[in-house]
Amino acid sequence: MFSGKLHGIHAPHRKNTVDRVPVRLPVPPVITVPMSMNIGAPAKPVVKPGDEVKVGQMIAEAGGFMSAPIYSGVSGKVKRLDEIVSSNGRFDTVVVIETDGQQTVWEGVKPPVVTDKDSFVEAVRQCGCVGLGGAGFPTSVKLNVDPDRVHAIIINGAECEPYITSDTRTMIDSADDVIYGAQLLQKYYTADRIVIGIEDNKPQCVKIMEEAGKGVPGFEVAALPALYPQGGEKVLIYNTTGEIVPEGKLPIDVGAIVINCTTLAVIAKYIKTGMPLVEKVVTVDGSAIANPQNVIVPVGTPIQNVLDFAGLKCEPKKVLYGGPMMGTSVPSLEAPVMKNTNAILAFDAKDAEDPVPSACIRCGRCVAHCPFNLMPAAIESAYNNKEPETLKALKVNLCMECGCCSFSCPARRPLVQVNKLAKAMLNQYNAEQKAAAEKKAAKEKEKEAV
Amino acid sequence: MNNMIVSVNPHIYAKDTTQTIMRDVLIALFPAVIASIVFFGVRALLVEVVCVAVAMGCEWAFEKITNKPVTVTDLSAAVTGLILALNLPASIPLWQAMFGSFVAIIVVKQFFGGIGQNFANPAITARVIMLVAFSGAMTNWLPAAFSNAPADAVTAATPLAIIASGEGELPSLLQMFIGARGGSLGETSCLALLLGGLYLIYRRVITWHTPAAFIGTVLVLTALLGQQPLYQVMAGGLFIGAFFMATDYTTSPPTHAGKLIFGVGCGLITVLIRVWGNYPEGVSFSILLMNILNPYICDWTRTKPFGGVQA
Repeated sequence: MFSGKLHGIHAPHRKNTVDRVPVRLPVPPVITVPMSMNIGAPAKPVVKPGDEVKVGQMIAEAGGFMSAPIYSGVSGKVKRLDEIVSSNGRFDTVVVIETDGQQTVWEGVKPPVVTDKDSFVEAVRQCGCVGLGGAGFPTSVKLNVDPDRVHAIIINGAECEPYITSDTRTMIDSADDVIYGAQLLQKYYTADRIVIGIEDNKPQCVKIMEEAGKGVPGFEVAALPALYPQGGEKVLIYNTTGEIVPEGKLPIDVGAIVINCTTLAVIAKYIKTGMPLVEKVVTVDGSAIANPQNVIVPVGTPIQNVLDFAGLKCEPKKVLYGGPMMGTSVPSLEAPVMKNTNAILAFDAKDAEDPVPSACIRCGRCVAHCPFNLMPAAIESAYNNKEPETLKALKVNLCMECGCCSFSCPARRPLVQVNKLAKAMLNQYNAEQKAAAEKKAAKEKEKEAV
Repeated sequence: MNNMIVSVNPHIYAKDTTQTIMRDVLIALFPAVIASIVFFGVRALLVEVVCVAVAMGCEWAFEKITNKPVTVTDLSAAVTGLILALNLPASIPLWQAMFGSFVAIIVVKQFFGGIGQNFANPAITARVIMLVAFSGAMTNWLPAAFSNAPADAVTAATPLAIIASGEGELPSLLQMFIGARGGSLGETSCLALLLGGLYLIYRRVITWHTPAAFIGTVLVLTALLGQQPLYQVMAGGLFIGAFFMATDYTTSPPTHAGKLIFGVGCGLITVLIRVWGNYPEGVSFSILLMNILNPYICDWTRTKPFGGVQA
């Protein structure tokens, strides 16, 4: 079995905005709220054009178990429901709201009644929370587990991506909310340990959390080396508990729940005040930004408004949701800030340029830096040779697309891109194998019947 | 805003490129180049310049003719040319040196698909071919400056030849270390090669595994066999082989375990050839043979994926 340290890369920190207390963006004239902001089913709109909405009012209900409701972050009038192509290339419904600038809070905003674990999970569901570290996994689904199975609750405050400081600001500005959330989790799940993992390049957060968490039983702060991807779920679990989440299993299978610190603060705030997830602290930075800072933005605000607020030095050539290691580049500045957007990075032409790949020199850096010990160069050649069996043996399915391989590749091979394609190839192959096996079984059954 | 760039993550990269890595190797070879000039004169520099120029020229010409992207600026051809030169005697006829560079780049590297595709180290393969083709010129060692050779000597025996034949006076250990002894023009100075090797390890171009396993194996085995281990380690092409040729990315394993196996294998074959073989020196052959085993070592030493479950 695996032992020892996980690999990673020393990414540049570039936490330029760590001291920038988040400021509120002036209410944008229009917001565009997408229905797909979580892993799983998209939310279903419950408003129609012409409806008046207020801050904290539901505009879409959860579209299934694996989903989350959506609330308005502005007061105004629903203009229309629209179809857009979202940044992942899929069609998505959006609710377009014309704001009135009043930011009137909805009358229905009141703290939920939380008495036990089930009502706690229901409150988390009602608050519309999804994994705010970036993954967008519906939080209520994650928390809907038997408390006896939970041995360690791990709060993710690693924030290992360069530039981003929104979680850092959560830990500094909303330490009480994080700790209140931790107390609630401890109350309903009674884990042996409740650990907040923070990279040691944020000593102020370590100090604040140590101070604030003193009264919480089992609470501890783990100051972890600033080695990207420290905040990766499986990485964080291993580095705080020593447990390895096996292939195809979930953190709860090794007794762990991992929750992002901002997610936890949002839950705590909802339970205290009844205000669901309607706005996000977003780090605005990058070489095209004149005044890098943290901004409080209603969910659905077009990126253009956020960039204009922080000021542009030049025309941005590449704009990202999230950090430079795992962030998604957006095709248009009309794309909205989403629930799981923790940063908007805008880069000038020089930084936006895609590197030119050259031939692999087999230096092995992709292998040496892969946190999961995969062999990206071998995966690339197996993909190019269309060898799904080899891809299976190389465990490409474990890849979390953290970007360490591409980052460290001196030949600038597009290894993450190939890993994504290879995963799709393997999935298709597995599905075909399964279908073929089923067909064979059915035929044999038929034969027997004859 | 339709002209924004959309691409897959990551969006930032480490500073190292193929070119910076090759440049580091050239920098690391610089002390050995200086040493070669000190001990064998300007003729050494001439051989080096010719080999590098021909290697780069061949790469450029081949890629032009075959309509492939020209990769001369990645400096890998320059590295191959220089390493080959450092493995030749200072007295080598220039046309033979040119032939060697041609073989290294065209036959061993480009015929197999260019950088990253060759199965064996181009410089070593070319050297071995030259050793067979021009065995006289390839073993015609000039006396080094500051060595024990008489002032009027035209040729000098290498320490390994002295050990093998039992005739002649071995250089002192200090002379061995600084490189004042007969041998290929870049292999003699352990000091210069060690400086270069440490620079490569410091710059993380190579890891310690291969050189340590290679040199360590030779040291231990020759000690066990009573074969003057300190001389064995500093003689021949062991240092240049261990630091600069056995660590070639393309023809050695990427994992630490693989590198250790590769290094031990090289050391073992080197000692076998030196002690029981017909040739006094076996470093080139050992690396070449291990190059051939490399795909198998790579297969044996595949990494164990984190959380992977055996099906």
